[in-house]
This record gives sequence, C-alpha cells and structure tokens, in this order.
Amino acid sequence: MIDPIFLLEAAINGILLGGILALLALGLNLIFGVIDIVWIVYVDLVMLCMYVLYFTNQVYGWPFWLAALAALAVGAGLGVAVHVLVISPILASPPINQLLATGGLLFFIQSFATFLWTTDHRSVRFSLPSFEVGGIFLPATRLIPFGISILAMLALYLFLTRTFMGTAMRAVAQDREAMALMGADPRRIYVMTSAVGGLMAGLAGTLLVFQYSVHPFFGGQFGPLTFMICVLGGLGNMVGAFVASFIMSEIISIAGVIWSTEMGYVIAFVVFIVMMFIRPGGILARSE
Amino acid sequence: MSLPGASGGAGSMLELRDVTAGYGAFTALWNVSLRVQAGEAVAVVGPNGAGKTTLMRAISGMIPIRAGELVFEGASVGGRPAHEIVARGIAHVPEGRRIFPALTVADNLRMGAFLPAARRRYAESLERVFGLFPVLAERRAQRAGSLSGGEQQMLAVGRALMSCPRLILLDEPSMGLAPVMVLRLFDLIQRVRAEGYTILVVEQNVRQVLKIVDRAYLLEVGRIRTEGAASALAQEDFVRKAYVGL
Repeated sequence: MIDPIFLLEAAINGILLGGILALLALGLNLIFGVIDIVWIVYVDLVMLCMYVLYFTNQVYGWPFWLAALAALAVGAGLGVAVHVLVISPILASPPINQLLATGGLLFFIQSFATFLWTTDHRSVRFSLPSFEVGGIFLPATRLIPFGISILAMLALYLFLTRTFMGTAMRAVAQDREAMALMGADPRRIYVMTSAVGGLMAGLAGTLLVFQYSVHPFFGGQFGPLTFMICVLGGLGNMVGAFVASFIMSEIISIAGVIWSTEMGYVIAFVVFIVMMFIRPGGILARSE
Repeated sequence: MSLPGASGGAGSMLELRDVTAGYGAFTALWNVSLRVQAGEAVAVVGPNGAGKTTLMRAISGMIPIRAGELVFEGASVGGRPAHEIVARGIAHVPEGRRIFPALTVADNLRMGAFLPAARRRYAESLERVFGLFPVLAERRAQRAGSLSGGEQQMLAVGRALMSCPRLILLDEPSMGLAPVMVLRLFDLIQRVRAEGYTILVVEQNVRQVLKIVDRAYLLEVGRIRTEGAASALAQEDFVRKAYVGL
C-alpha cells in the first residue's frame, strides 16, 4: 500500500500541473471559440517561445524577466503570423483542410526546429528553493508557474468579460455573422484573438521552462493532451477546459505515483475516450 | 441626393435597381427593383421561399449582389461588406433575431454600438433604446438567452438602434412570437418609426404588417410581382386570398 502522504503530494502536484495545462487549453480554446479553427500547432508555438527563452536567457545572458517579455512578444507575433499567413487564406475552406493546414505547419515547425537546433534537450537553469510542508516537498519551480498561470487566467477572464474588445470576442464566438452586422470587421477580431492566443502561448512557454527542457518534439508531449482537455471540456467552453485540465492532471499525477507516469497517460486517454461516449459535448455540456 | 426627374420624388434613401442575388449556383432574387424614401415604412411581403431574407441580406452586404445596383443616400454600396454597410447607416435585424445569448442584455446593446461613431453616442442611444423598450432596462444584467421570444426581438431591434442607423431592415420580426406579442411588437415598430427611423420590413404576417407600413412590395419566387400603397395592396384580391387569410 502506498503511503497516503505520497498520494497527497501527487494530488498537490496534480493541481500545480493542472494550472499550466489550463493555461495551454484556454489559449487553444479561445482561438477555437472565436475563429472556429483548431490550431493543432498551438503547443509547437509554445515550444518556439521556450527556445526564445532558452537562447535569450541562457545563451545571450538576458535577465529572465526580459527574456520572458521577449517570449511573450514572439508568442503574440507568431499568433498573428499563423493567422495571417496560414489561416486567413483558407478561412472559407472546409474544416478538414484548415485542420490539415495547421497540422502541416506543425510538422514544418518540428522539422525546422530540428534542423536549426538539433534534437538536444535544452534547459533554463534556475536556482530556486523548495519548501517542505508536513513532509510534502513544494518546489518553487512549480509554485511560481502555477501562481502566475492562475493570475494570467484571472486576467484573461477579466479581459473577456470586462473590456469592450474581450466582449466583442465572445460575441464573435457566439455569432460571427451577427457581429458583422454590428459593424465589426471579423478579420480584425480574428487577428486580435490570434495575438491574445499567441501571447498566452508565450506565457505558457515561459512557465514551462521552469520544469521542462525544450526540444523540437516538445509539442508531442503536451499537444495531444491540450487538445484532449479542450474536447473533454467541450471545444470552445472556457470553464469546461479549466475543469478538464485539473481532472486530467490529477489522473496523470496520481496514477503516476501508484504505477508510473506512462500509465497515468494511458488512464487519462482511456478516460477521455470513455467520456467521448458518455458526454460527447464535453463534461459541462448542457443536455439540450 | 435624388436625381431630378427620378420617379418617386425627393428623398429616395435606398434604391435597388435590377438586383440579382443568390447563394452558390442558386439564384434567389431576379432583377428586383425597389425604393424606400426617407421617413417611410415599407414592407416586402410574400410566401416562404420568395427571397425575402435574401433581399435583406443582399442589402446589408451579407451576400454579394450578382447584378444590378444598390444605392443608399446617393452612394452605390453594392458589393461592400456588411460591416461597412452598417457604418453607412443601415442596421439589419436578422431573421431569428441572432442576439448573443450568453452575453447580458447590456453587453448585447454595447456590441450594437461597436462602430467608433456609435460608441461616442452610446449613452444617448442607450437612453433612447431603454425609453422605447423599458423591459430591456429592467433586464439589463440578465443573460440575453434567458429572455422571452418577444423580449429577444426587442433586444435585437434595440441593438440595431445602438449603431445610430437611419434605415432599419427588419427580417420577419414576428417569427415565432405568440399572437398577442406580435401585436405589441408591431406597435413598438410604429413607435420606432415615430422616432424618425426609416423602416424596411419583411414579413409573412401580411395582414398585420400592411397596417403599419405606407407601401409594400409583393415578392414571389424572387421577383417583385406588384407594389403599391399598403391600404390598396391589402384590398387586392390575390393578396387577400393568398396571404391575408380572409
């Protein structure tokens, strides 16, 4: 039998991981909700932002805060670039073409990153303390990203509900044609949304380097998981994605302690498939 | 801005000349010509599938026109995208209301004033809308999707007024409403008109709509079949038999 303290530690780690997953999922979900396209490439943009941090901070010696700002700026820029160069020309195409186009971009980015930077794992080194509370270790490299992630999601919530542009984004997500009748140019709102989604990718990258090393296939580690969280929560449903992030992270974390991390992923994906049968519209879908 | 000698006299606000439009390979409107004078209320009536909604969508720029000319306040606006048409002063209340259900009533109205020019007059517009539809003021903090059908239609009209339009296109405002609500709504449309807005309304409820407009066009299978003063049209035999149900 496993010492309950390990289970408790796993549960806490699950919450800390869930915070980061939720940030990834909300970024992807925001873009899907407004533009109606799933950016399969989303976590690969996160990966590029992690490289920005690695090179500016570790190679060029920029202070971390400046490197983080650079990653955020690159993230927002990448978001706009993906929209303008790849999505915008195929907005009227069938959804499968749009999905394949962002999928193609994913392989392009992975290959190009491998070509530029090889498959080496690169890490940003931190010297941060760990706290021990009642026999449970809480490293600052997990607490800090979690805290920032929660604050960022709160900021996103306030942006979407309290600002004019955020409200307009939600309105487009509900009815883009009606929003055009209000005098809004949907193309402008799409670019704005892509920039915000890209900014969130930059932030997620910044937080992920605290715990993970970056390599060209980093997207494979978190991409499918992020996508599945969004589907589990109901694509486009922000609250659903938030809740689903913590469900998935707890499964992975607790199963990881009982068996192994690999088994944690196996169980998480089985839960996902089963949920697709039980609640295909997402965990929070209203039955209507 | 009307041309000297043009039929209908001065102040032709909207004019369609031989407009043809449709979706993909399907043509829903054939050589439709109509005009709306400033200050007028005009109805387009006709059976299901006559092309009434297509006509509204063509005017507001939601679908392109294939041929013909669309003139608003002296400027040719055919082929302009929807968001530019609104900026010129045409607000379209679409079929099925199309309010933003998850937004509050207040946020729906705020979105109605999306255009910079409309945003500057937001407070003034809001006061006018709340004056016309007091129920929207009462329910301003409520989710729009929780309103009744009639209230949602009022919100859709109120939201359109927020863009400070001069011409309002109403597409089937009575659709899905209880009979008593239909009467109230038509009454409210008359009050909107009394505020100085020009109205072009598409309706299946022919009998009611002919009571509140000055003139009407009868649209059948994509073509204007007849036109005339609302009172005269209501007396015409085929209109009465086919649509009024008398």
